[in-house]
Amino acid sequence: MSTHITKAFDADLRELNRMVAEMGGLAEKEIADAVQALTRRDVELARRLIAADARIDALQRELEERAILTIARRQPMAIDLREVVSALRVAGEIERIGDLAKNIGKRVLDLNGEYPSLALIRGVDHMGGLVLSQLKRVLDAYAARDVDAAMEVWKRDEEIDAMCVSLFRELLTYMMEDPRNITFCIHLLFSAKNIERMGDHATNIAETVYYMIKGEPIALERPKADTTSFTPLTAQG
Amino acid sequence: MDAMVQPATSAGASQTAPAKAKVVARDVNVYYGDKHALKNVSVDVPDRSVMAFIGPSGCGKSTFLRCINRMNDTIPIARVTGKIEIDDLDIYDKSLDVVQLRARVGMVFQKPNPFPKSIYENVAYGPRIHGIARTKAELDEIVASSLQRAGLWDEVKDRLGDSGTGLSGGQQQRLCIARAIAVGPEVILMDEPCSALDPIATARIEELIDELRQNFTIIIVTHSMQQAARVSQRTAFFHLGVLVEEGPTETIFTTPSDRRTQDYITGRFG
Repeated sequence: MSTHITKAFDADLRELNRMVAEMGGLAEKEIADAVQALTRRDVELARRLIAADARIDALQRELEERAILTIARRQPMAIDLREVVSALRVAGEIERIGDLAKNIGKRVLDLNGEYPSLALIRGVDHMGGLVLSQLKRVLDAYAARDVDAAMEVWKRDEEIDAMCVSLFRELLTYMMEDPRNITFCIHLLFSAKNIERMGDHATNIAETVYYMIKGEPIALERPKADTTSFTPLTAQG
Repeated sequence: MDAMVQPATSAGASQTAPAKAKVVARDVNVYYGDKHALKNVSVDVPDRSVMAFIGPSGCGKSTFLRCINRMNDTIPIARVTGKIEIDDLDIYDKSLDVVQLRARVGMVFQKPNPFPKSIYENVAYGPRIHGIARTKAELDEIVASSLQRAGLWDEVKDRLGDSGTGLSGGQQQRLCIARAIAVGPEVILMDEPCSALDPIATARIEELIDELRQNFTIIIVTHSMQQAARVSQRTAFFHLGVLVEEGPTETIFTTPSDRRTQDYITGRFG
């Protein structure tokens, strides 16, 4: 993109992009830490990641202030306006991802090392890895203004949803086998759901990238494979 | 007479009926001597709406505006080709009376330019020379209604005999708008009507433009992108004598299709 006549405007937009990138980097680390804390029963790591989330929240507030100031000061039009609005939206999505990772951290503290099944954990680990790569790709697509790369991420969310459904079924069976597993399974279930939600936020970011570049909202129906809300009936039958 | 002062106003009809083109331009070219100032401009201006012309200085937007009431006729070296119609009437037809045309197509300029006469005379002058009013009472009525429609009446009704030049800049501009609408035009051309006004006077004029579009077709040239975005329904972007892009205002300012439009409205033009 060619530069503005007012160079300070370019600096304003660059700063918004830099802050989104910084937030994104922190969120990626938070996801990795959350999954690792869960799989390795690492209570210390869980504590650290819970504390680290405050930085993402603070960055989001700072970004919002800057974006509002940029709108007030520059009255951005067309692509510039979409860039500012997109930075606001993406920051919001990243902040939510951070909260979800923090929530997994809290569940690790609650579980306090009581893990009846490590096989189930591996499913969550795998999902976490997939979501992390989705978030990385979509943030790269955002930084590079690459609509095709963003659409790739958008299409892949289905895979995570499907994994969440299959894990959900496994957990149900496990809980039915022995009620003593319920506490552990519920925490794992919510952790899996959190990871699935992170994937949705990555998809939202992909849609924002599409809007930012194309100037119109994406017209396609979002691919969906998460049917956990209907699953209990089929699992029982 | 009423039909002239209140041109074809069937209240409410303008809300529902699809806007038909009031002004139709086809392949309009303007030359100032050897300089080709406007190149093959074709555009439809919908009836009873506001169209904004934007573009950098020297892009041809004012030149095109002046074609619509044949103001370019007053420049000896200017030559206009192509076709401009208002309600299917070819305004460059040889038999057309230019004075009558300018009564149908009013104009408001960048700098308020009231006549050095009383407020009353500023507004009464046009109707009088066009023979619109037969009696003093009719003329009084036209002056009052024009000042009312220009949103100036309450501020000047007790001092109609005072000089028009004694008013504030914003009031002078509204006086010029009252003067333009007094002869019952159908189209009002505005060439940067707010560029000499403070923000409050500007807001008043913008509010007025929004009201006037119920009854008039308004074409406004402005350098303020925000103003174009606020007051117009359609926007045309000119660059180097070419009409680059024309469309619904919200589209032009959010997702213009031409790169030059985007560069201009986002402040990237060198």
